[in-house]
Amino acid sequence: MWESPDPKKGYDVIIVGGGGHGLGTAYYLAKEHGFKNIAVIEKGWLGGGNTGRNTTIIRSNYLWNESAHLYDHSVKLWENLSEDLNFNMMFSQRGVMNLAHNEHDIKEMKRRISANRLNGLDTKWLDAKEIKELVPIMNTENLRYPVLGAAFQPRGGVARHDAVAWGYALRSNEMGVDIIQNCEVKSIKTDNYKVEGVETSKGLIKASKVAIVASGHTSVLAQTAGVRLPLQSRPLQALVSEPIKPVINTVVMSNAVHAYVSQSDKGELVIGAGTDGYNSFTQRGGYDVIEETVRAIVELYPIFGKMKMLRQWGGIVDICPDASPIISKCEVKGLYFNCGWGTGGFKATPGSANVFAHTIAKDEPHKINEAFNLERFSDGRLIDEHGAAAVAH
Amino acid sequence: MILINCPYCGEREQSEFTNGGEAHVVRPKDPDSLSDKEWGQYVFFRSNPKGIFYERWVHTHGCKKWFNAVRDTSTDTILKIYKLSDRRPEISEFQTTLKSPSGEPIVGSGNFAVKK
Repeated sequence: MWESPDPKKGYDVIIVGGGGHGLGTAYYLAKEHGFKNIAVIEKGWLGGGNTGRNTTIIRSNYLWNESAHLYDHSVKLWENLSEDLNFNMMFSQRGVMNLAHNEHDIKEMKRRISANRLNGLDTKWLDAKEIKELVPIMNTENLRYPVLGAAFQPRGGVARHDAVAWGYALRSNEMGVDIIQNCEVKSIKTDNYKVEGVETSKGLIKASKVAIVASGHTSVLAQTAGVRLPLQSRPLQALVSEPIKPVINTVVMSNAVHAYVSQSDKGELVIGAGTDGYNSFTQRGGYDVIEETVRAIVELYPIFGKMKMLRQWGGIVDICPDASPIISKCEVKGLYFNCGWGTGGFKATPGSANVFAHTIAKDEPHKINEAFNLERFSDGRLIDEHGAAAVAH
Repeated sequence: MILINCPYCGEREQSEFTNGGEAHVVRPKDPDSLSDKEWGQYVFFRSNPKGIFYERWVHTHGCKKWFNAVRDTSTDTILKIYKLSDRRPEISEFQTTLKSPSGEPIVGSGNFAVKK
């Protein structure tokens, strides 16, 4: 178990947010860049935010080169993460399938598959018959929007969400990182565009480098330092069913009818819904969003029609105008942001943490996250991934 | 789901409406004179407060008219609804209970701020 120390007066680096991305950043800062005097400050408990609220899907089949490199950097780290951290991530490369329901879907997905293959990714096209062989319970024909094909990435899959936070916490704590829970950062202290530390519920903690990885609340914290971010915070919901015997051994996502489902090792169906259509920090979504998703799930899989759902929850995601993250410095010296992951940050946890640690240590971006800067919203080099993001915004 | 009191039709479920984002964003008078940074701010950057938020709604599945609302995004309580022709209410008219950025108690996380 990691320790729960009282905060020291100051650190070399303070990371705000004790989710997978934040703890991973501390881990790579300590392991690869020789920083030892690091604190991760979390307002609740480790992995209690979006790290514990997502549907654990991992894939890298994004359209643009920049995204494909970033997300595949992550998938490659996932592949060795259990060994690297000596902690079982329960990483299961069971494949991720994105369904096509109309002519436009087919064209868009085939284009994306071609782009993926040029970037060395393993995405391929499946026709309806091949889908049926992989997922026999799927109703591909007798529904309003028939299943015409799918993009399939065999290296995609799922992992245990808590394990990521715990694994990174254990190993970074062993290297001397202070993990401070139940401590809320109230504001970022700056002086003349230079970071000085953070004001917390346990007092002022000084640092010359502060990294914000607070998902939905990132823009609220940024504002305390006078930094404006192009983010909008919205609830994203998910739900799980009662546990049943294994019926589906891959991850199936559908953009068009908005349903995605996989089966956990406990046997529960893990179902992802969409975001609410308005900004909110309530960590609950509207019932109509759940209804829309469940309707699509039942049509795609009639066998699930009478199942009971055990629980439903929401997390606050920070959505960027181009559905791509921001991993960047800003105009305040020593202040770094890793945010804007929107509806799909879990898959990127190790890769994001790895390049973010580099950005903080060297005060300049890694080659992989160079394009994910804040300047793209004024120079126009957007990385538009609305098509690959798979969750409706 | 929250209920929204359309100033033209009365109280309806939120799913009848579409949110139009932040209200009172003014298009720059002389766009040609703006720097890329200023133009980027106008196009991509919007307020995202936890607490009092001025926003636009349109009654898509109803009268199709636009109007403004003031909502507390930490509880989703709608504090005021007003027509586009009405004056923007001052923020001092509303009480916010948020004492910190997250609006949560010193210890703990999660659903402190919930919908009524």
